[in-house]
Amino acid sequence: MSELEVSRRRFLGVSMATGGLAATATRAAVAQTTTPPVRTPEMTDVTLDVNGRRHALTVEPRTTLLDALREGLRLTGTKKGCDRGSCGACTVHVDGARVLSCLTLAARCQDKSITTIEGLASKGELHPMQAAFLARDGLQCGYCTPGQIMSAVALVEEGRAVSDDAIREWMSGNICRCGAYPHILAAIKDVAGSGSRS
Amino acid sequence: MQNFTLADTASLDAALAAAQQTDTKFIAGGTDLLQLMKDEVERPQHLVDLDGLPFDQVTTSDDGARIGALVKMSDLADNPDLRRRYPVIAEALLASASPQVRNMATIGGNLLQRTRCGYFRDPGVAACNKRRPGSGCSAILGFNRLHAVLGGSDYCIATHPSDLAVALSALDAAVELRGSDGVRSVPINELYLLPGDTPERETVLNPGEIITAVLVPPPATGERSHYLKLRDRASFEFALVSVAVAVAVDDGRIRSARIAVGGVGTKPWRLPNVEAALVGLPVNRDALVEAAAHAAEGARPTRENAFKIPLMQRAVARALATVTA
Repeated sequence: MSELEVSRRRFLGVSMATGGLAATATRAAVAQTTTPPVRTPEMTDVTLDVNGRRHALTVEPRTTLLDALREGLRLTGTKKGCDRGSCGACTVHVDGARVLSCLTLAARCQDKSITTIEGLASKGELHPMQAAFLARDGLQCGYCTPGQIMSAVALVEEGRAVSDDAIREWMSGNICRCGAYPHILAAIKDVAGSGSRS
Repeated sequence: MQNFTLADTASLDAALAAAQQTDTKFIAGGTDLLQLMKDEVERPQHLVDLDGLPFDQVTTSDDGARIGALVKMSDLADNPDLRRRYPVIAEALLASASPQVRNMATIGGNLLQRTRCGYFRDPGVAACNKRRPGSGCSAILGFNRLHAVLGGSDYCIATHPSDLAVALSALDAAVELRGSDGVRSVPINELYLLPGDTPERETVLNPGEIITAVLVPPPATGERSHYLKLRDRASFEFALVSVAVAVAVDDGRIRSARIAVGGVGTKPWRLPNVEAALVGLPVNRDALVEAAAHAAEGARPTRENAFKIPLMQRAVARALATVTA
């Protein structure tokens, strides 16, 4: 078991009582601990370029970008929801494209430019999409919000925000169990329509 | 997820050589493989990374299209030449997965993704002939609302999940395969195997062989194409029923029709009886509905999925009406 997973389990042990999302993530961690190690993990050095800063890390081949960000770099803004590519909570940008960090191996991210929710604000000012989510109250519990915002920023940059239906379709990879969708839609429309930095 | 070695490869030959080890899988986009590995449905000891191999180009001409297997789904869906010549491919891609998954997943990987049968994807279920040959099928007498009504056997009724494969089936595309024995081309309609009594064998690929390209013949003169996908929610969901149509019309009558359906078969399913019934028919609603009724021929429902048969007939009629409008 890697150091990353030890710290993850410790974290989960503390947070298990706090709600359903933590329980979902726990299932994955527990399943992993029940597997006897088949072979000595081969550690890999990788340099991750995250939010404009380079970080040298040593990871197992199986370490996902999500775990490397959260456990290795302590960038805990990116969330682990389903850990299976179904919920979008772990959405980050890699080389400008929105992707799922739970289905990305960290060892395959050498020389790639990664942006997380922590990298959106500049000079102490929130990104317009972050500000719009606040203004429109685009969240309740907030767990899915970093992924929603990363996806929304990409959606506007891709030029997909041409109608309400188009925004809904192109946000379909981000699930909000609180059901804040109408407010998320309003926030995205604010940014897409404003012509401001997106 | 069990640990593994991860091998970068500088060339196709190096990748094919590295894949000679036992318990080795290729990884491209990784969106399906990593899900399967996290759930320990797949437990490879070695992964061979295909990233960087020169199979990431799309070329289109009057002779057809050549799509590199490492092209991302999102890039192919956005390709203007492809969208113009083969709307059914772009529509099938955009109806697949989510924007994030499409930015990661590759064309070759999409064609080789595994079934979404919940029994296959849960190693806590003992009986699954596809995952554990000889263990039985939990779906045949279990929850089978999402399962196949065409092509099933007493061993497996899992559907093939790819939308792209359905579109390529209607277009009579082929895949280019490369292995240690060289290169060969296989029609997509011969790529997938029926489950029979060996549902663990899903394609004609040999061990260590990879898809390097998809080859699409040019559309017939005047032919139009379209993809219709029906599902339990509006987006980011696999098909209950999907239809790929490519139809040419002359003077108000159908000259040729190519139709494949998804979500209903154990592999992408062509409908030759519907295609034959359509030739020469006038383009009107009654004629299309009558021809589409042939889609039910040979269908065998299980306890929960009989609804797919009339849904398929109506979906075929609707897709035909749309493409000939």
